[in-house]
Amino acid sequence: MPSESTASAEKQPALLSRGSTLRRLVGIGVVILCVAGGFLYLGGWFSPNALTPARFVDAFERADGVFSGFRRNHAKGVGVSGYFESNGQGARLSKAVVFRPGRVPVIGRFSFGGGDPNVADATNAVRGLGLLFWLPDGEEWRTAMVNLPVFPFQTPQDFYDNLVASQPDPKTAKPDPEKMAAFAASHPATVRALGIIQSHAPSSGFDNTAFHSLNAFLFIDATGKSIPVRWTLAPVQPFAAASVAATAKTDKNYMFDALIASILRHSLQWHLIITIGQPGDPTNDATLAWPEGREQVDVGMLTLDHIESEETSLARDINFDPLVLPSGMAPSEDPLLSARSAVYSQSFTRRAGEARTPSAISLREVRK
Amino acid sequence: MNMASQQTQFTVLMRILHWLMAAMVLTMLGIGVAMVASLGDYHRLVSIHRPLGIAILIVVVIRFVNRQLSTLPPFPASMSSQERFVAHASEVLLYTLLFVLPLIGWGMLSAARFPIVLCGPLHLPPILPHSVILYAFLRRTHTVLAYLLSLAFIAHFGAILFHTLVVRDRLFSRMAPWRVRAR
Repeated sequence: MPSESTASAEKQPALLSRGSTLRRLVGIGVVILCVAGGFLYLGGWFSPNALTPARFVDAFERADGVFSGFRRNHAKGVGVSGYFESNGQGARLSKAVVFRPGRVPVIGRFSFGGGDPNVADATNAVRGLGLLFWLPDGEEWRTAMVNLPVFPFQTPQDFYDNLVASQPDPKTAKPDPEKMAAFAASHPATVRALGIIQSHAPSSGFDNTAFHSLNAFLFIDATGKSIPVRWTLAPVQPFAAASVAATAKTDKNYMFDALIASILRHSLQWHLIITIGQPGDPTNDATLAWPEGREQVDVGMLTLDHIESEETSLARDINFDPLVLPSGMAPSEDPLLSARSAVYSQSFTRRAGEARTPSAISLREVRK
Repeated sequence: MNMASQQTQFTVLMRILHWLMAAMVLTMLGIGVAMVASLGDYHRLVSIHRPLGIAILIVVVIRFVNRQLSTLPPFPASMSSQERFVAHASEVLLYTLLFVLPLIGWGMLSAARFPIVLCGPLHLPPILPHSVILYAFLRRTHTVLAYLLSLAFIAHFGAILFHTLVVRDRLFSRMAPWRVRAR
């Protein structure tokens, strides 16, 4: 073979046969489909029944309806602000900046559970308090707390199944009692948690309500040691049992009105109490309370001295994602935490793009 | 000097940056599509997504500057001017998306007034004012452009397979991670 032809053959490879070209094209097609299919698989396209944030929020919407521009859960609320004064006692538990002695500004939102922003106030409804602590180094701590001492559901799936079971029947506009009973029968942890919840009498208003972190978290100290914790906001305002006489018959916003009147009279205060878990205390199951007698540390005082309608409050446009944590705090292995973060984000994204209607607790309500 | 000494490959730095970017983008697209459908892994994935996006933004800027300062190897002689135009346009599209997508991600979190945490206490400042309407628009744009990037990524990958296996014009050798000698 002359060397010249070898060189030209290298530059210009011999033509492929038609069959060979076709085989190679098919091979390329298969590889491309595998890559595309891999993306679709990761995106859950081949598991249409898996629980996703979107399907979770769909279930909230089916249970309560869609109210344009409102949160899909804890829709009815009012904005508050104030500050947290750390006493420094938390610094040995967590290196988070919020626990250094001193004051940080806080904004928050009191709410009722459920997706209806116009629901009548009721003492037995779940009360929520979302808080955002602005830390001096630019970090944030957000927490979304409720008045329940334990949460009724162990897993996101349990929560979802309960939402589905309690969806109003189109004929009666009420949840189907058989489905509710079937859910209870197959979820003993929920029944047990509801027993604990019902043994705690609700207080008369938002101002004398204790709020709980629901899930366990981890605190990490300056040496890197982590401990399981839960936290509670214990009200300075004295407990008064919810009165049977006080109902929403005359004013469906009567509990919010009482909160507004109370905060305008004097600022409201809560002790932030950290409960420290011991080895063996469950950190992955929000339906279980920790045993009595666990060490509790009062790390400072939350003061709320300002209240605003959602029309002007920053709180309406804040996602109180419980996994916005400063360095020094971390999620526990509780499966609810990541799911809460995902579902809150989905709810936030949906309402962000929607037209808005005024909140029930309007500017006028706050001023009257 | 003969043809053999002509540059046939991108510089070592350009190739390192290219393959680093390829790995980051493949990971990023997988995480991105998985996290929006995930409950249990959402937090873990989103905690990687944010700093990885910012890393991609940094690498794409370095790549762009480095590319302007470097001499590029020529396209194979077998490529027509139309093919060269398409190849060039796809590179512009990829560079643009790799620059714009992280910026939109950063911008949309800023508009949501959501902290842009990278690692521990390290976080970025917001680059846009707090506006949920702006957030909603950017969030949707982020998704649309991410799908466009997936398609562009797959097209880029498919084109190189086609050139290597069917046309066999040694186009791949320009960016091969190993050293390819000129001939």
